[in-house]
Amino acid sequence: MANVISLDSILGVGELKAPAEAPPAAAAGCASSSCGSSDGPADMSPEVWEKVKNHPCYSEEAHHYFARMHVAVAPACNIQCNYCNRKYDCSNESRPGVVSEKLTPDQALRKILAVAKEIPQLSVIGIAGPGDSLAAGGRNTFKTFEMLAKKAPDLKLCLSTNGLALPDHVDTIANYNIDHVTITINMVDPEVGQHIYPWIFHDHKRWTGLDAAKILHERQMLGLEMLTSRGILVKVNSVMIPGINDEHLMDVNKAVKSRGAFLHNIMPLISDPAHGTHFGLTGQRGPTAQELKVLQDQCEGGAKLMRHCRQCRADAVGLLGEDRGSEFTIDRIEAMGEVEYDQEAARTYREHVEGERSGRHAAKAAAQADVVETVGTEVQPILIAVATKGGERINEHFGHAKEFQIYEVGPKGAKFVGHRRVDQYCEGGSGDEDALGSVLSAINDCTAVFVAKIGGCPSQNLKDAGIEPVDRFAFEYIEESALTYFKDYAERLGQGAINAREGQDAVIRTGAFTALRA
Amino acid sequence: MAYKIKASDCTACGACEAECPNNAISFKKGAYAINADLCTECKGQFSSPQCASVCPADCCVPA
Repeated sequence: MANVISLDSILGVGELKAPAEAPPAAAAGCASSSCGSSDGPADMSPEVWEKVKNHPCYSEEAHHYFARMHVAVAPACNIQCNYCNRKYDCSNESRPGVVSEKLTPDQALRKILAVAKEIPQLSVIGIAGPGDSLAAGGRNTFKTFEMLAKKAPDLKLCLSTNGLALPDHVDTIANYNIDHVTITINMVDPEVGQHIYPWIFHDHKRWTGLDAAKILHERQMLGLEMLTSRGILVKVNSVMIPGINDEHLMDVNKAVKSRGAFLHNIMPLISDPAHGTHFGLTGQRGPTAQELKVLQDQCEGGAKLMRHCRQCRADAVGLLGEDRGSEFTIDRIEAMGEVEYDQEAARTYREHVEGERSGRHAAKAAAQADVVETVGTEVQPILIAVATKGGERINEHFGHAKEFQIYEVGPKGAKFVGHRRVDQYCEGGSGDEDALGSVLSAINDCTAVFVAKIGGCPSQNLKDAGIEPVDRFAFEYIEESALTYFKDYAERLGQGAINAREGQDAVIRTGAFTALRA
Repeated sequence: MAYKIKASDCTACGACEAECPNNAISFKKGAYAINADLCTECKGQFSSPQCASVCPADCCVPA
């Protein structure tokens, strides 16, 4: 049971306990529509909640508890995007479309079974390329899912596509019980699309310019409608490209909502000359953290937004925000020999999470009600950066954090609104001043940073930069701690002891980096 | 006449193999290759050679 005990590091405190009693029905956990969770069971029908509650990409809450794995069985693609360069393939790189090893369906199955044995948090297997999962007839994709459904029926299957070939495969997707599909939709107007897609391959022909964008748009909308009419959950990914489709993405949000998309994920363009992409070479910039957040906030009220996407590689393994892919290379998996699928550890873990969750919803609602009562509704919300290893707890050392989760906390509650990737400040025992600079610029719009522990020197540097380091909530739950902090913050603000931190922006970290485990 | 694959530019994605109407493309020794005896350049079949039209690296060229 060593793999279960290792969950302690995720949960932060105590040992893994079975739930004390049978958890109440999930929908009973949070009866109030204002419970503050952006995607709790109160916001959707029980059937949909059942589908998404353990899917880290489709449920923000689930992403604190569950892991996903992408298998890179689909290298072929049928379109060219200006933000993608298929020739570039680097293990130090973290972005979609990049992998270290391509797998055959047989190798993919072995890898999945090996990972499932080591990581009981694994709940989802996705195929996201590195090309398009449905190009080349989708043969490797469906072969992999067919074998997997027989060997490990409790793992959820999902795939990601540009949508061009999607209408041809909707029936097959439904037959394989793939109930989560992601379509990348960057435009609903071919005039915009022609600046993003230089060409597509469709109906035995290469199309360019407006024609290409028009065909792609029509196929994407048709595929989306066909999926949602069959009850398959669709997430739409959009790459935010400043000056090209940034404002247009509000129209995309409306268009995909009206066609039944479950979730809209607006991601920042990753652009660097070193990647050799068209946008990288032309100097097209990505958005700042605040530009991204403002656009996401403007889309609130339309299709529900996903804000916890880590834009992971097509061979990523682990919780979002970590990548354990290098522990499961083909060579290592071959050396493991036959691996039998064992559902027991995963089932124990899922039961534990169910028990944990039912209490969480009520506790969050109570903490928020307390804030409204004591603070009122006048104080402006603030951003808080959190160092966490998962489990919804503040359980990471400042110097070891590879990313910070960003929470907006105010009278309406505490809400996860994003994450910021950083270089680890502390590697090999001593702090690195350059890395500290990158951390400061990544969380510069935050009022405070919550950590399990922090050294004296970086602590002083944060204070000098106007960001309050907070370690008094070590190993506590994030949202309740954020609300407690906000109460105290509002009181100090009222007394004139501190000033509000306004008008600050932050840098989104791109470029060569992989969140490898230390 | 036939097409060939410039191995130095090939990313081994296999998109060409899936599109070839003559099953002339196969994966050998870490790279894709076109069997010239089977390649028709898609003449009489499609308006353009399918491998060259789908290749993301533009490495399918006349032999």
